[in-house]
Amino acid sequence: MDEARWIGTTLAAARPQAVAALLRYFRDLDLAEEAFQEACLRALKTWPQNGPPRDASAWLIFVGRNVALDTVRRRAKQTALPPEEALSDTEDAEAAIAERMDGAHYRDDVLRLLFICCHPELPATQQIALALRIVSGLSVGQIARAFLVSEAAMEQRITRAKARIARAQSGEDGVPFEAPGPVERAERLGVVAAMIYLVFNEGYSAAGDASNAREALTEEAIRLARLLLRLFQAEPEIMGLTALMLLQQARAEARFDRDGAVILLDNQDRALWNRAMISEGLALLDKAVRHRQPGPYQVQAAIAALHARAARPEDTDWAQIDLLYGTLEIMQPSPVITLNRAVAIAKLRGPEAALAMVDPLGDRLSGYFHYHGVRGALLMQLGRTREAREGFMTAISLATTAAEAAHIRSHLDGLT
Amino acid sequence: MLYTLLCYHQEDVVCAWTKEEDDAVMERLAVVQERLARAGKLGPVARLLPTTAATTLRKDQDPPLVLDGPFAETKEQLLGFYILDCENLEEALGIARELGAANPGGSYEIRPVGLFHDGGARP
Repeated sequence: MDEARWIGTTLAAARPQAVAALLRYFRDLDLAEEAFQEACLRALKTWPQNGPPRDASAWLIFVGRNVALDTVRRRAKQTALPPEEALSDTEDAEAAIAERMDGAHYRDDVLRLLFICCHPELPATQQIALALRIVSGLSVGQIARAFLVSEAAMEQRITRAKARIARAQSGEDGVPFEAPGPVERAERLGVVAAMIYLVFNEGYSAAGDASNAREALTEEAIRLARLLLRLFQAEPEIMGLTALMLLQQARAEARFDRDGAVILLDNQDRALWNRAMISEGLALLDKAVRHRQPGPYQVQAAIAALHARAARPEDTDWAQIDLLYGTLEIMQPSPVITLNRAVAIAKLRGPEAALAMVDPLGDRLSGYFHYHGVRGALLMQLGRTREAREGFMTAISLATTAAEAAHIRSHLDGLT
Repeated sequence: MLYTLLCYHQEDVVCAWTKEEDDAVMERLAVVQERLARAGKLGPVARLLPTTAATTLRKDQDPPLVLDGPFAETKEQLLGFYILDCENLEEALGIARELGAANPGGSYEIRPVGLFHDGGARP
């Protein structure tokens, strides 16, 4: 790896911690970001000469803080910048700061930064965009491509979201900068985990469509989850979330055919599944289960693990999957979960039993692509061709990606 | 004399490599490993899963304490390692406890292996 590339990766990896710590100092998102950018520029200048610092995050925080302090001072009363050498020679100060900032500090900083991006007043898409911009450091262009909007529109969206957060932070409801208590910390973790899973799904549901930009979101979500997990090592639901995303992402190569149509689990070439991701996912789930504190992410990961463990589709433990969906229905009652459970029931007890489960969901899921897709497939298995065709037609009209539509069309072509 | 080469690197940086970058590194390593294997100098090679997949058994107390995450103390040194073939973490922890009873004090970090090949060199 060449030097510029190495520095780039190091800066990207250090970003969440550095921006989060700078936010704690300055309590201002824009200033924290500017300070980080400026510190990065100095790193590009001095690292190739002086060699990389021992702790890149601490270096960036130290330099960024000085730079931003200076900006603040200059804004207040035009004082001069310190000479470049003073900032470059930071070895001693950097060591001191690294010692003061133990893991506990960093971890609440990063969590706070992520949590601030999840402000409840912001719609989910803005939360995701903001987290990708501020925490992950994706460019506005990259995020715009992932959301299939123009760069100008995304720029505006992010600026608005930031303004809203700045307003909220300056008011009484702002997220406090003191270390959170255990209950607060658990709440923040829950909200942040949900946001990370949204980032993942944004990428996962869009994969297969020509835009690779969206697929990068799944990788980014996994990176954020690993970051959280390194900071909060004993949280079973964070282990579950990371495992769930790894086990789903492991199937990425096998999910679409050459024309970009969806390939269902049963028909995927399992040799294309990513074994390293599966091993990591299974190991994390294994760790999570030891805590005996089940939660929705762990249960979903357990379902994904049963698929991952089956060498052939017919080896799948559908009875166990049915049980797990039953658990999930109790934890988070939702017609979508019942719909998924019906797929397991179809395997266990046949399409008729499954259809009996699916039909009552019609009221609540009539606008949901997968409802009509699953229902159509069950009707097809039962030989009720005319109704199956109707179901598939409705599904196509509700498809949100070309891959979904292509998959249903292949069913329609199979109907005689 | 058999030597062990312990590989240290910044995990958040390595995890941030793209698949292409990771593949490129592994390919370059494979060239060197291949040559070493031909010369009969290569023993087992393992690439470990991230530290987030690690569990630590502290055996400086009775009963030993199981902690999530990698071994973190710096006053103890790495003195050796085992490679075990286990069904799951519970089995691996069972073996670690047994070994810990025979040799109390210190810790075992239990980390799944992501990639393994048995180089073939024997002492």
